[in-house]
Amino acid sequence: MSMNTQGRPTGIGGSAPAAADKGSSLLPDEPLLFEIGDIGHSGVDLPDVEIGDSRLAGFQRKTPLELPGLTEPEAMRHYVRLSRRNYSIDSGMYPLGSCTMKHNPRLNEKMARLPGFSDIHPLQPVSTVQGALELMQLLSHWLLTLTNMEAVALMPKAGAHGEMCGMMAIRAAQQARGQGHRSVVLVPESAHGTNPATAAFLGYSVKAIPARADGTVDVEAVKAALSPEVAGIMLTNPNTCGLFEREIIEIAEAVHEAGAYFYCDGANFNAIMGVVRPGDLGIDAMHINLHKTFSTPHGGGGPGAGPVVLSKALAPFAPVPFVRLGAAGIELVEHIEGEHLGRITAFNGQMGMYVRALTYMLSHGGDGLAQAAKDAVLNANYVRARLGHVFSLPFGDQPCMHEALFDDHFLEGTGVSTLDFAKALIDEGFHPMTMYFPLVVHGAMLVEPTESEPKQTLDAFCDAMLVLAADARAGNAERFTAAPMRAPVRRLDETRAARSPRLKWERAE
Amino acid sequence: MRYLPHTDAERAAMLATIGVADIGALFAAVPERARLKAPIDLPPHAPEYLVEARMRALAGKNRTGADGPFFIGAGAYRHHVPATVDHLIQRSEWLTAYTPYQPEVSQGTLQMLFEFQTQVAHLTGMEVANASMYDGSTATAEAVLMAKRLTRRNRIVLSSGLHPHYRDVVRTYVGDGPDLVVIPHSAAGTLPLTIDDRTAAIVVQTPDFYGSLRNIEELAEIAHDAGALLIVVVTEIVSLGLLEAPGALGADIVVAEGQSIGNALSFGGPYVGLMATRASFVRQMPGRLCGETVDAEGRRGFVLTLSTREQHIRREKATSNICTNSGLCALAFSIHMSLLGEAGLRKLARLNHARACALADALEKVPGLELITHSFFNEMAVKLNRPGAPVVDALAAKGILAGVPVSRVDPEHPDVADLLVLAATELTTDDDIAALTAGLTEALK
Repeated sequence: MSMNTQGRPTGIGGSAPAAADKGSSLLPDEPLLFEIGDIGHSGVDLPDVEIGDSRLAGFQRKTPLELPGLTEPEAMRHYVRLSRRNYSIDSGMYPLGSCTMKHNPRLNEKMARLPGFSDIHPLQPVSTVQGALELMQLLSHWLLTLTNMEAVALMPKAGAHGEMCGMMAIRAAQQARGQGHRSVVLVPESAHGTNPATAAFLGYSVKAIPARADGTVDVEAVKAALSPEVAGIMLTNPNTCGLFEREIIEIAEAVHEAGAYFYCDGANFNAIMGVVRPGDLGIDAMHINLHKTFSTPHGGGGPGAGPVVLSKALAPFAPVPFVRLGAAGIELVEHIEGEHLGRITAFNGQMGMYVRALTYMLSHGGDGLAQAAKDAVLNANYVRARLGHVFSLPFGDQPCMHEALFDDHFLEGTGVSTLDFAKALIDEGFHPMTMYFPLVVHGAMLVEPTESEPKQTLDAFCDAMLVLAADARAGNAERFTAAPMRAPVRRLDETRAARSPRLKWERAE
Repeated sequence: MRYLPHTDAERAAMLATIGVADIGALFAAVPERARLKAPIDLPPHAPEYLVEARMRALAGKNRTGADGPFFIGAGAYRHHVPATVDHLIQRSEWLTAYTPYQPEVSQGTLQMLFEFQTQVAHLTGMEVANASMYDGSTATAEAVLMAKRLTRRNRIVLSSGLHPHYRDVVRTYVGDGPDLVVIPHSAAGTLPLTIDDRTAAIVVQTPDFYGSLRNIEELAEIAHDAGALLIVVVTEIVSLGLLEAPGALGADIVVAEGQSIGNALSFGGPYVGLMATRASFVRQMPGRLCGETVDAEGRRGFVLTLSTREQHIRREKATSNICTNSGLCALAFSIHMSLLGEAGLRKLARLNHARACALADALEKVPGLELITHSFFNEMAVKLNRPGAPVVDALAAKGILAGVPVSRVDPEHPDVADLLVLAATELTTDDDIAALTAGLTEALK
């Protein structure tokens, strides 16, 4: 078996123990599949059938596949060993602002695997999938009740896809009103990067709205930016500074008065579910990240799900397919005439995520969801209160919503960057917080504990943060610039990766 | 509530540290008229066994693929997934990890993505693959946008036989208009006439929506002669265990639905989109990419790279609509592909083709229908002596899921209303086929 043949130690870092290049005995380095697998190995037993070529029209494969196989025990070990090189919410806290890394209940997983949900085809006759359609309708009912909106498009595959869907509904509505010339979308500077990206993707020009000194959007700044060219505004509430937009109702009124629509990024809905309904604020469209607010697992980067709730004005433009009650039971409407925005994915969206999210909702109930929001806000404020005397608060000592924002003034003159500080948090057993976002704050550190963390964990996290801050100020810069030291690998050279990209395994020369 | 750790005493202690009297005070910034005055009108929290009973009742109203003869494909295929796959992807370290933006604590996910990218590149015969897309349909739309960027041309030609839903998604992404040319099923031969020096790309699916194998080499030549790109769409990825890699036939971008390997049908999602292309095009490719590098001690490690292409970084200069991708589905794909290996994938592909041949042979004997797909992998279309939808409903009533009436996915072309698309996989038995042909014979009388 060939061990890691590329990128082996070059002698840098002589202080590491001799065995470090193989990892520890309990956390060994794992070779690539292509270094341990064999073209002849297989972990499945299948009959070896002979086939003729009369139906293949001469298109048989001639080039080799070069796909190594693993027997079942080899596969088990490879993927278990690899998995141990990951941090996860089940092993520790993710204080990742704007990501809502909450507990992922296993009942959700069990339910998603019921054959009645997992072994059904999107194009089965609707008479054979009435339970699936009923589930979609029930999920819709919960989302619409929590948001007080008119309609929901369930199928966006992730948050950015939901943004696209919502903004397309706005565009379709403008076009239907003869207002298709509106070409500008207002986006506050503090917005998630996906917001301006979505607006630009749809051909809108983006006009930035500056933040006020207190971290919120000024209704007067919005009014000044509104014009007959503006199609809508994209605003996150609670915003990315962890604050509720105080003038959001006035902003919505001004936007509507100017003939524009209000898109709200619902990434931070976890702070207000069951407490504030977006429909009461004048919002026209908002995506909800089921993989944030409703506990479907992040899975190392997806799959997500980003249903979009729509106001009465936008509901007619919802994409297909959708469910509705018909004479013969629940119908799946796959085609309609009119000015709707079309189809954004082949089938019915992320059914597996719908099952998980609805299971979570039924478990929590309306009362539990509201309590979860309140506890999320409580936890963030507790962290703010415990750290605020050391970690600088860019917008003063005011309560935050579900995430606490700090800046890096406390690191001035220490030689430690925000990135170094975050990497040192790994050595303390925590995932780094969100860094350098939002962009409106210098060296931002955004901490979102979520409601899942008990007080003991929050205390341990705050203690670790305070110890690190004291260390940085005491001049121990090296533990930061060299961090992490206790992760499976040391700081990785991202510049090198981008300069000469190696994006797949190549056979050693 | 079992997911919320705090006791009331702990909440009180934390409020004291914060210095407020109650949690309501933390919501002071919420305007009075924005606050919900009464508790939200939804049922209260419920014990696990009651939630489970409710969900089981809903699941029980659906007919599953295992309940009887099943011939539905059309972009999503019912294959066996080894138990090992589902066990491994439920490990906490895979399931509950965040996106690997912090590479030092995400080497498991990153190495897996590097392996996944290599597998996809080898399967498709392309030089480079990304770390996955939402699904095949959105990957196709993104490929179209990528081709427009690469060629700086606007015209897109969708060949006949592209899955109608994929066609509709492309239409939504790029907008309907004269620059989107859709070749209908009835005019398949006219494609070369539509290619000109404004054409950015030809999009062709193989096996196509009707199951037919398409001549990629010929289309690549037509595209390249006009300075356009060829985008090849594969909705049944198992086919590449038997059929030539699109990359070897001149494809410039290959997109695919990867669901067949490792992922359940799940009523349409989550699935995993695959995208692969030429190395020289990588900076115009959307989606996350994992690359190899070294750590501070010179050891091999992996990171997300070339992220300046990505929309959350580029903000208003972004060119794609994907941030979150399909990490866990990509993992399931990669594990299943590792278990198969080259030998297993070839066997699986041959087995699928053999079952489809058995289905085709049986269908050809049914009076009242005509097999119109002559070269295929595991899927085929038949022309019935009447509209397809009522026939499918009649067989469903007998417990046979007899494929997809084309009118359901493509109502804008009435000339296909009597077509039915049927698929066979390794799970299709001789008894299933016998039940289907008996049912069809009866229904077509």
